[in-house]
Amino acid sequence: MKTIITSTGNQLNSVFDLRFGRASWFCLYDDQSGEISFIENENINAQSGAGTKTVEKVVELGVKKVISGDFGPKAKELLEKFNIQMVLLQDDKNTMQRIIDQLKS
Amino acid sequence: MPRRIRLRKVVEPPRFKGYRPFGVSSKSRKSVDLLYEEYEALKLADYDFLKHDEAAGLMGVSRPTFARIYESARRKIAMALVEAKEIKTVFGNAIMDKDWYLCSKCNARFNIPDTMDKGTCPACNSKQIELLNK
Ligand SMILES: [Zn+2]
Repeated sequence: MKTIITSTGNQLNSVFDLRFGRASWFCLYDDQSGEISFIENENINAQSGAGTKTVEKVVELGVKKVISGDFGPKAKELLEKFNIQMVLLQDDKNTMQRIIDQLKS
Repeated sequence: MPRRIRLRKVVEPPRFKGYRPFGVSSKSRKSVDLLYEEYEALKLADYDFLKHDEAAGLMGVSRPTFARIYESARRKIAMALVEAKEIKTVFGNAIMDKDWYLCSKCNARFNIPDTMDKGTCPACNSKQIELLNK
């Protein structure tokens, strides 16, 4: 299953980004292959609809779980519609590595 | 005739149980009860920048009702700030638009789509999860 974690950078030691639609990077983790990759957020400077555009990207990638700090109301509605699980974590300066390690635990 | 209480849709419970002011003696502290729907109204209008009619639609209330809830939220927050009161969040007349769960091990909050199996935390796989809705 593919999971996306919002990230402030493109490294495994990058810190978690609380924003969803305006996150700097998306960390894509596939627990079947163990593959981890980073995708730059193209919608970061979008005037509006960053959340919905990000959901479209998530659906396109076949992601089933999104880990972020907050989701806007429109993004929430869409994610729910596509049966994508929303996981909200607090701002505790977690790195991508730590979040992925927890997922594996 | 008693007024019918209509439930207001709340997308997600607030991520805190309350706020406490600094530098105030704890004995004299009184608190303000902020309803979930008041928190939601404030969030939609002032954090998500939705227009009032849009926010009202999301909460399943009329625009005037939304305006009333929003106004009440602002007054309570202002009162808490000026009078240095604690803010406590209380459930109020809210319904969650979906089931939200909390993991007591890693504090993740999450929903569980129908297509997924239930029972474990999607962030740390702990089984110590509780339903937040009442
Ligand atoms: Zn957990």
